[in-house]
Amino acid sequence: MNRQTADHATLADKFNENEPRVDWHDQTLWWVRAKRDKMAWTIPEWEQLREAASRIKLNALGNLHDYLVQFEQQAIQNGATVHWAADAAEHNRIVTDILKKHGVHHLVKSKSMLTEECHLNPHLIANGIDVIDTDLGERIVQLAKEPPSHIVLPCIHKKKEEIGELFHEHLGTPAGNADPQFLTAAARQHLRKEFLQAKAAITGVNFAVAETGEMVVCTNEGNADMGAHLADVHIACMGIEKIIPQRKHLGVFLRLLARSATGQPITTYSSHFRKPRPGQELHIVLVDNGRSRQLGREDFRNSLKCIRCGACMNTCPVYRRSGGHSYHTAVAGPIGAILAPNLDMKDYADLPFASTLCGSCSNVCPVKIDIHQQLYKWRQVLVKEGYTTAAKTASMKAMSGVLSTPRVYRTAGKMGRWVMRAFPGMVNNRLNPWYKQREMPAPPAQSFSQWYEKNKKS
Amino acid sequence: MSSRDQILAAVKQNQPEASVLPSLEGLSGNMPGTLEAYRKVLEGLGGSLFEIKDENEIPALLAEHYPHLQRIIRVGGEQRAWVNEDPHLLEDVDMAVVPGQWGVAENGAIWLTEAEIPVRVLPFICQHLAIVLPADKLLPTMHEAYEKIGAPQTGFGVFIAGPSKTADIEQSLVLGAHGAKSLVVFITAA
Repeated sequence: MNRQTADHATLADKFNENEPRVDWHDQTLWWVRAKRDKMAWTIPEWEQLREAASRIKLNALGNLHDYLVQFEQQAIQNGATVHWAADAAEHNRIVTDILKKHGVHHLVKSKSMLTEECHLNPHLIANGIDVIDTDLGERIVQLAKEPPSHIVLPCIHKKKEEIGELFHEHLGTPAGNADPQFLTAAARQHLRKEFLQAKAAITGVNFAVAETGEMVVCTNEGNADMGAHLADVHIACMGIEKIIPQRKHLGVFLRLLARSATGQPITTYSSHFRKPRPGQELHIVLVDNGRSRQLGREDFRNSLKCIRCGACMNTCPVYRRSGGHSYHTAVAGPIGAILAPNLDMKDYADLPFASTLCGSCSNVCPVKIDIHQQLYKWRQVLVKEGYTTAAKTASMKAMSGVLSTPRVYRTAGKMGRWVMRAFPGMVNNRLNPWYKQREMPAPPAQSFSQWYEKNKKS
Repeated sequence: MSSRDQILAAVKQNQPEASVLPSLEGLSGNMPGTLEAYRKVLEGLGGSLFEIKDENEIPALLAEHYPHLQRIIRVGGEQRAWVNEDPHLLEDVDMAVVPGQWGVAENGAIWLTEAEIPVRVLPFICQHLAIVLPADKLLPTMHEAYEKIGAPQTGFGVFIAGPSKTADIEQSLVLGAHGAKSLVVFITAA
């Protein structure tokens, strides 16, 4: 999987070397968050919608076994072939086998975070199969040989000048042209050729309806449709948690998804794939890869309600100022930080700590996942299981000792205030992570308890 | 045990207690399903709207607003050879005029299916798209839309809301990503 030695803090440090760029990243994402707010406020029933969506997803999780069986039955009846993959390796093998059977060496793929999670692209390339990402943002990061840094806005970390440079090198656009309109037109031409040549198309799935066996794919660009409707073989890859019970429930999710994601009323295309077109093969790959395990973790199973809108990333003060790549996992941000430890506690032990626990993520989540509470709970699990660094474990233990004994807490507070006044160098130095990039506050003259004692109305 | 059985067994063992589905009553609130409401949202998405008496007005309007169209396909028109050709050959279609089933005022989306459009790729591969919708097919929200659409009758259906677009480069909105570069909606008198 994504074995990386550097943790979130180290990677965030690197991202923070260029301060104007961090400010720009921060402000761009906050602007998307503000657009989301504006949209949400135009719907008086917004909170009821969130509640309904959350409860539909809870129902789906509680009946997941039956819904999966129902979905499979319906899909087979519709003429699709259904495959089941226990993990990423099996998913990649299934997809590769389908492509090899059809002699496909070259295919197009629309956005699918699942295939990112499974590292499908490197697997296909190793098997001699060329895969072209067709979402503009994904194509840009693919040309840059980088993973997406955001699930909805894959190249949000890139400046247009860098994209112009990439296009100049790979697509032959004039050097120095960084006009978004021009670059998009160039990508349209380049990718049209790919769509017209591709014998196979891979798409992700936003929602799979148990009742009808159909899959809904949402894009603004139209790339999923251009791929799927022209190719002889359509492979749709989905996590087993994408199931929703009935068709009418799509109304709830499609009202929430784009408004939460980018502040649009709906994506340009919400395509309902039910049967392959005559002469076409439709394959659906249902992937577990740890999801059934997460389903059994009572504190964390609600993370499987996620509809991948990215609102929690756009609002997160840590994500906005550390960038998606610092999370070193396919799904970054707060939601990624509660999903990833389920995949590998050791590799992703740092992620639940990459948060201020401010709770903004939970407030914007369209399916009301208690993200910040799960972050907090993961920290406890990770410390208990011994996946945090010795220093962190020791300091947590010391902290817990201080906080659970009022007498020790009072003495420690008094000592801290005295040290900060008498020897500011003890805290204002490079060894104190709280001193990095900020000044320490002036120590207060008294503690809150002392102030309260003096000021309370008797 | 196959992966299928393994996954299903694990899911069955780990899934939480079943809960009831919520009612969807009252979620649409007082959203208006009017032409004015629809037009405002569609124009916000970069689409344009014309009210017409009947479809005979379409050719003149297209000639006026899209003077350089070479290949126009009108679903339901007399030319039908394209229906049986390789869909890749639709690549040079400048304008496709297709019928819509239902329009949604809250988000500008129109529901199309392959019942009316026999080649799935047509509304995506054309350079420009026109959708014809009778005025009495406008609904307030997605809830009414799914109620009217009911169970699926066809193998493919799509809500289209505006022209294709992207904001992937520095969040600058550009119309015309991979699908139609522009969308015009003709609302016919009911």
